[in-house]
Amino acid sequence: MSDSAVRRTGGRQARLGRRARPQEALPVAPESLVTTRANPDGPALVLACGALANEIIALREQLGIADDAMVLHCLPAELHNRPGQIAPRVDAFLTEHRHKYSRVLIGYGDCGTGGALDKVLERHDATRLPHAHCYEFFATTPRFDEITEAEIGSYFVTDFLVRHFDRLVWEGLGLDTRPDLLESYFGNYRDLVYLAQTDTPMLQTKAQEAAERLGLNYVYRKVGFGDLTEAIRGTVDV
Amino acid sequence: MSDGEEIILRDLNDADLVEQMKDDLYDGMAAEVHEGTQILLERGWDANDVLTEALVEGMRIVGIDFRDGILFVPEVLQCAGAMKAGMELVRPILVATDNKSSLGTYVIGTVKGDIHDIGKNLVGMMLEGAGFEVVDLGINNPVDNYLAAIDKHNPTILGMSALLTTTMPYMGVVIEELDKRGILKNLPVMVGGAPLNQEFADAINATSYGRDAAVSAELAKALVGKNR
Repeated sequence: MSDSAVRRTGGRQARLGRRARPQEALPVAPESLVTTRANPDGPALVLACGALANEIIALREQLGIADDAMVLHCLPAELHNRPGQIAPRVDAFLTEHRHKYSRVLIGYGDCGTGGALDKVLERHDATRLPHAHCYEFFATTPRFDEITEAEIGSYFVTDFLVRHFDRLVWEGLGLDTRPDLLESYFGNYRDLVYLAQTDTPMLQTKAQEAAERLGLNYVYRKVGFGDLTEAIRGTVDV
Repeated sequence: MSDGEEIILRDLNDADLVEQMKDDLYDGMAAEVHEGTQILLERGWDANDVLTEALVEGMRIVGIDFRDGILFVPEVLQCAGAMKAGMELVRPILVATDNKSSLGTYVIGTVKGDIHDIGKNLVGMMLEGAGFEVVDLGINNPVDNYLAAIDKHNPTILGMSALLTTTMPYMGVVIEELDKRGILKNLPVMVGGAPLNQEFADAINATSYGRDAAVSAELAKALVGKNR
């Protein structure tokens, strides 16, 4: 690089310079295993994707699980777009907190970790939700297979993804600044399939709008909580 | 990103221009990369050198930072768009000059049940930049598609891509079929895709695993004995 040359101040060096940011603090968790009459073996931990928080809280109430029997902690739903970070984040949390809980359910499917999450769970004596991703455990396997066999180009969204479509999908994929990338991301899809956990007209309207923005056909399927119900029930032996 | 400085690319000497093009490619600035490519060609650069030193090298850096979690898919797609803008100028020249440096034909496709092609397309672009003639089978390919393409194009290497945990085992099905037919012993098979790892590639008897687009191109060159 000659001294006289005028260069833009972009590129890799600029990116690396902008990169440093403080790590978020882990939330406070119980310091030791606490036993109660509701759960004499100590509390169970559900360490879940933030995209499942509402559903797990609803199931806890529906199944009558006492607050001190099950502790819910969520990792950021943004990891949905960064699957390579899921296993290390789960590992870090369990390394610090596993000893405080009698059993642990990880509220993730494989979620694109390519088996890396399962290796972490083996080390920490924990289990995870069945299937590759939340779409299948919400829809359950027969219905999921039926949808994908009918249309392989099915792009799935859940209540959470519909609610946070702008942040997680549109902005998460950079479509807010580069709408020309739409074809690269969604050119092979045909349908947006809304796998609804709840019967919420506002979300159905939003899902339909999302389908239009992505240039996809809109398909609505009310599936409820699917296999998530049994997984949560099994965590505390309700 | 540019901070708004006015840069006259033509005022830069060759070395600075190449550095600027790599930065512009990193920032996804397609028009600027296109212009830089045009200038180098006008200055008498060989199209292969423009491709290798500015475009492929720029994309190699992008690949490293994608692997290290510094860049993510949206940014990488923008970088790819910028690289394509440069390749639009370089490709016709390479074709017209009957490019003798071709490393052979590389057949690539996403496996059956999987419609994801962003990674595959990036790999295809890097392979083309590395000197392969790329035959892209597209998405959702059953084993018969791979067999037909092998028959038709007699490739130097076969590549398979998958994004889903549920579809990646199909790569093993294809490799098994190639083995049964006696094709595997003469045809290296590369596999790649976000959920894959070396362990999986070994388990299905793939020749090599391409962790990202840049690494895949380097591995492919190594397989044909042309690594740098």
